[in-house]
Amino acid sequence: MTSRKKGVRVHRAGAAPYLFLAPAMALFALFMALPIGYTIYLSLRRTKVSGLGLGKGARREVFAGLANYAAAVGDGELWAGWLRVLAYGALVLVLMLGLALVFALMLDAAHVRLARLTRISIFLPYAVPGVAATLMWGFLYLPSLSPFGEHPFLSAGLVTFSMANVAVWGGTGFNMLVLYTNLRAVPREYYEAARIDGASELGIALRIKIPILVPSIILTTVFSVIATVQVFTEPTTLRPLTNTISSTWSPLMKVYRDAFVTGDLYSAAATSMVIAGISLVLSFGFLRVVKNRAFGES
Amino acid sequence: MRVNRLAVAAVAILTATLSTACSGGSDEPSSPAAGQSAAPAGPVKLTYWTWVPNMDKIATAWNQAHPDIQVTVSKQAGGDDAAAKFLTAAKAGNPPDLVQAEYQMLPSFVAADAVADLKAETAQAKAEFGEGIWGLVTLGTDAVYAVPQDSGPMMLYYRKDLFEKYGIEVPKTWDEYAEAARTVHKKDPKVFLGTFSSKDPGWFAGLSQQAGAQWWSISGDAWKVSVNDEATKKVASYWGGLVKEGVIDGMPYFTPEWNKALNDGRLLTWPSAVWGPGVLSANAPKGKDKWAVAPLPQWNAGENHSGFWGGSSTAVAAKSPNKAAAAKFATWLNTDPQALGLLIKEGAIYPASVKGGALMTEAPDYFSSQPDFWQQAASIGATARGFTFGPNVNVTYNAYRDAFDKAVAAKSDFAGAVQTMQDATVADMQKSGFTLAQ
Repeated sequence: MTSRKKGVRVHRAGAAPYLFLAPAMALFALFMALPIGYTIYLSLRRTKVSGLGLGKGARREVFAGLANYAAAVGDGELWAGWLRVLAYGALVLVLMLGLALVFALMLDAAHVRLARLTRISIFLPYAVPGVAATLMWGFLYLPSLSPFGEHPFLSAGLVTFSMANVAVWGGTGFNMLVLYTNLRAVPREYYEAARIDGASELGIALRIKIPILVPSIILTTVFSVIATVQVFTEPTTLRPLTNTISSTWSPLMKVYRDAFVTGDLYSAAATSMVIAGISLVLSFGFLRVVKNRAFGES
Repeated sequence: MRVNRLAVAAVAILTATLSTACSGGSDEPSSPAAGQSAAPAGPVKLTYWTWVPNMDKIATAWNQAHPDIQVTVSKQAGGDDAAAKFLTAAKAGNPPDLVQAEYQMLPSFVAADAVADLKAETAQAKAEFGEGIWGLVTLGTDAVYAVPQDSGPMMLYYRKDLFEKYGIEVPKTWDEYAEAARTVHKKDPKVFLGTFSSKDPGWFAGLSQQAGAQWWSISGDAWKVSVNDEATKKVASYWGGLVKEGVIDGMPYFTPEWNKALNDGRLLTWPSAVWGPGVLSANAPKGKDKWAVAPLPQWNAGENHSGFWGGSSTAVAAKSPNKAAAAKFATWLNTDPQALGLLIKEGAIYPASVKGGALMTEAPDYFSSQPDFWQQAASIGATARGFTFGPNVNVTYNAYRDAFDKAVAAKSDFAGAVQTMQDATVADMQKSGFTLAQ
């Protein structure tokens, strides 16, 4: 009986890991590797038209080599888009994470009234879908409709700030919650010990809570960097309301324009590969830079 | 044993999924032929993408009379998104059988080989349409790529009451229009005679047509692109000058701000198309009975020209398995008196067919103070001239939005924006390999 069981176990040990891996591998192949592979394939193709391009057979798909990549990298509009997104991202990251940190520390302080209500009301905007939030703010920004009076919120100089405001409004609550949850997990004895040593609440926040929070801050920063690199909803939704946002305002908007407005799927595929590469470099680069500081000692 | 069976099953599922995913393209050459030759077993089922309001009611009328051809309407969002959606669906191999195609997008559909040639099926329908409109669906070739549905001859909508208040006459020339713009804005700095919309390339194309522009033309086997022709530059510089002067506003059409300005009486005119009443009544309800129509101001006194803004046709997808049935419906929809009556009443459109135009008698409710609205429209419509649209209008129109957005915001040279449109159009055509004439 025992020996038979043993035999079965040996047999299973051979196939079991693959069996357990199979669903994950199948899903990865279907929903990650395949689409990415297809995008790479598309990015190496282009349309070749002959003559007037009308009628049957006038349009063929041909191999383009790296021409689409050369065009994507050589397009000044893409890099101008990156600059705009960097400025926007810097604003969003600093304001959103700064506010999230301040709110989390305040809520975690010893004596706060209405903590639950405050926490929920700060978090609530996160539950509003991006398009709805942007439209709502968009209407508030329009001079003739705005309750804030006739300020040019959507003018060339202010539009980045106005857009960042929407993202900060929507994202602060989520990041605050991540930080706050982390703070609640900290053993209260640390603070007690600090107080006995004579530390003030501010001192505790600066010298104990923030250092403990560093890994969470890094996590939220990476998520936020990825989100800002992919900014699309806010500018696309605001675009019809103003003439200060171009169809290529952010890199992803350029991909959308190439694919669905001007009908060049191949350039769009190449540009998205470039964007994916840059956002990988940005997020992993950031992680690498902070890794030693954050996780070095632990 | 069990392990193996599971693995086999997993592999089988995976293969099945992959092979269905890849089979989209492989059966495409055989299916149209098979569909046409084989007698359909049940009723033929057609899908129709359109954004005409209440089209489902019109399709119901057809379905009741034609039990063998059943049409299902799928309501679309309209505009450039609808065109992109159709092109993507055609590329993916599952387009609808029928699609509403704006005239300017039809060449893109033809170039993508997404719509069928209906020459044989529409031989009789041809007589129902004017030559200018018919040219928009043949692209000047021997083929017929769609059946015209509605057209959008341009005219000037103006606030009768406010024209009296500010003491201005209906402008007959664009010079008079500019003068009126200065007068109005001087009397009340919050009020503008009109606004230049950087979001509506179709509007600008119509105004350029009025001035005699020819953005694309076919000479032999080559395209000639002249978006930056003299007529277009003249139109651009005219509006650019007024925007720079500050007497014409720069807010785009169809925005909440624009609606409010119209409704509050802060915008006095709208050079628009025959479908304007629907927009005005929805967005500026307070202006009912206060608006009137006149011909567009002219570039030279005594001339009589207009252009087209919008208008669309009904096309049949090249990949539809039931092209003959679809063409039959498209013809009925746009030429049959019952269908035309429904299009006017339920769809609120201005039919392109000659017969349809004659059916328009009662002025729109919003314009009840102008009983001769449709007579005006018909006589203005007869003066409208169009131009051939090229195979990459989407690129040109996108360049219009980006370039004029910038030009309006910076109040810079509008002729420069026209040059940007030309350059973008030519560059895109060169990249794709179109033959271009100099």
